[in-house]
Amino acid sequence: MPRPSEARPSGARPSAQVRRFTPAERWVHRATAALMGVCLVTAGCLYLPPLAELVGRRRLVVTVHEWAGLALPVPVLLGLASRAFRADLRVLNRFGPHDGVWLRSALRRRGPRPAGKFNAGQKLWAAWLTGAVLVMLGTGLLMWFTRLAPLLWRTGATFVHDWLALALGVVLAGHIGKALGDPEARRGMRTGFVGRWWADSAHPLWRPGD
Amino acid sequence: MSTDTRTQDPDGHGAPVGRRLLLGTVAAGAAALVAAPVLRRGLEAGLGAAADRDPTGLTGLLPNGGGFRYYSVAASVPERGPADYRLRVDGLVERPMTYDLAALRGMPQTRVVRDVQCVTGWRVPGTSFEGVPVMRLLDAAGVRPEGRAIRFTCFDGTYTESLTLPQARRDDVMVALSMQDRPLEHGHGGPARLYVAPMYFYKSAKWLSGITVTREAEPGYWEELGYDVDAWVGRSNGRDDAPTV
Repeated sequence: MPRPSEARPSGARPSAQVRRFTPAERWVHRATAALMGVCLVTAGCLYLPPLAELVGRRRLVVTVHEWAGLALPVPVLLGLASRAFRADLRVLNRFGPHDGVWLRSALRRRGPRPAGKFNAGQKLWAAWLTGAVLVMLGTGLLMWFTRLAPLLWRTGATFVHDWLALALGVVLAGHIGKALGDPEARRGMRTGFVGRWWADSAHPLWRPGD
Repeated sequence: MSTDTRTQDPDGHGAPVGRRLLLGTVAAGAAALVAAPVLRRGLEAGLGAAADRDPTGLTGLLPNGGGFRYYSVAASVPERGPADYRLRVDGLVERPMTYDLAALRGMPQTRVVRDVQCVTGWRVPGTSFEGVPVMRLLDAAGVRPEGRAIRFTCFDGTYTESLTLPQARRDDVMVALSMQDRPLEHGHGGPARLYVAPMYFYKSAKWLSGITVTREAEPGYWEELGYDVDAWVGRSNGRDDAPTV
């Protein structure tokens, strides 16, 4: 719910827009999303029988899947060169008391949702996704270079890779669903700017730099 | 919360929960990797039971939910039936032969019921295959003394496999025409596939169209990519699955 506009004059001009993401941050997101999309689509073609039958070409699909997976952490690593991106990581890492309030309200589906630049759900998502991608990368490498790994690890790696892929698919669907439900949040990721009304209502504790 | 919270920036302060969750996720992944044998057995038991009572078939999409998985290395595989299916037996033989489906079906059939074990981990218990032993086709063609191995080719145009002559002469190695007491469907390699009971399932080439006697075993499609040529279940490819035979 947008709050009454006591903080800003009505008919405000450029200040009605707030910078949320720099180009570097948006490119990290875009490149990661594209690589994740390739991983998911190729995984589907390897794993789901109807898609596998439709596409075939198993060796090519495997190669694309492997390289897209290997490249998946690269945008984030390159993003570390950006001061704004590093600042985002710092903010995502730290949980204040308001994050506890946000999570409790989210679980009860009512109550206040205080949030800084990122809400507690987004922080959990970012941390879990990073960990999950690292696990997928590790288990994927064990499956890729079969000759290097001890036997027990390889069967275990297949098992973890399969089930975590399923979990990732579900959680990614949630992420995309949330984005579809919030056009202004999408605009923030697309253009880098959001309306101040949105920042005030969705991220009331966020203090944008400009 | 009072409006005073806006006067100070709460972002970037507090416990590093994000880092803990990240490391915890990685640790959980590593733990699951180590505990996989136990977890897998438990899940397979549970999912197997669920799959038996699952009219939607959704459990089939879950990892190791039981049943076969479709692997094809070719872009598309033509469908062949009684009119245009042919199996050619040639190479180092006295009498090269070509069989159509009717000819194969007219020969004495053998039936084998064993587990199917894929090298990627999935296993389908107690699967029946019925068809013509490869040995019988070799005897009909007459293997010349210098022939010591077999190369199998497929009408997908890409896949190949190989066996040594003694392996191919086992009575549980056949050109399978039916599986689970139904004619072999296209998706399972129909109308005729190789079935090598004691080996990992990549040896059992789908859409079989050629049996060529050679001097030595030539590595097949996956074997060129690092899989073992002698693919005994439980004794190759670095795996310790229970033998299927």
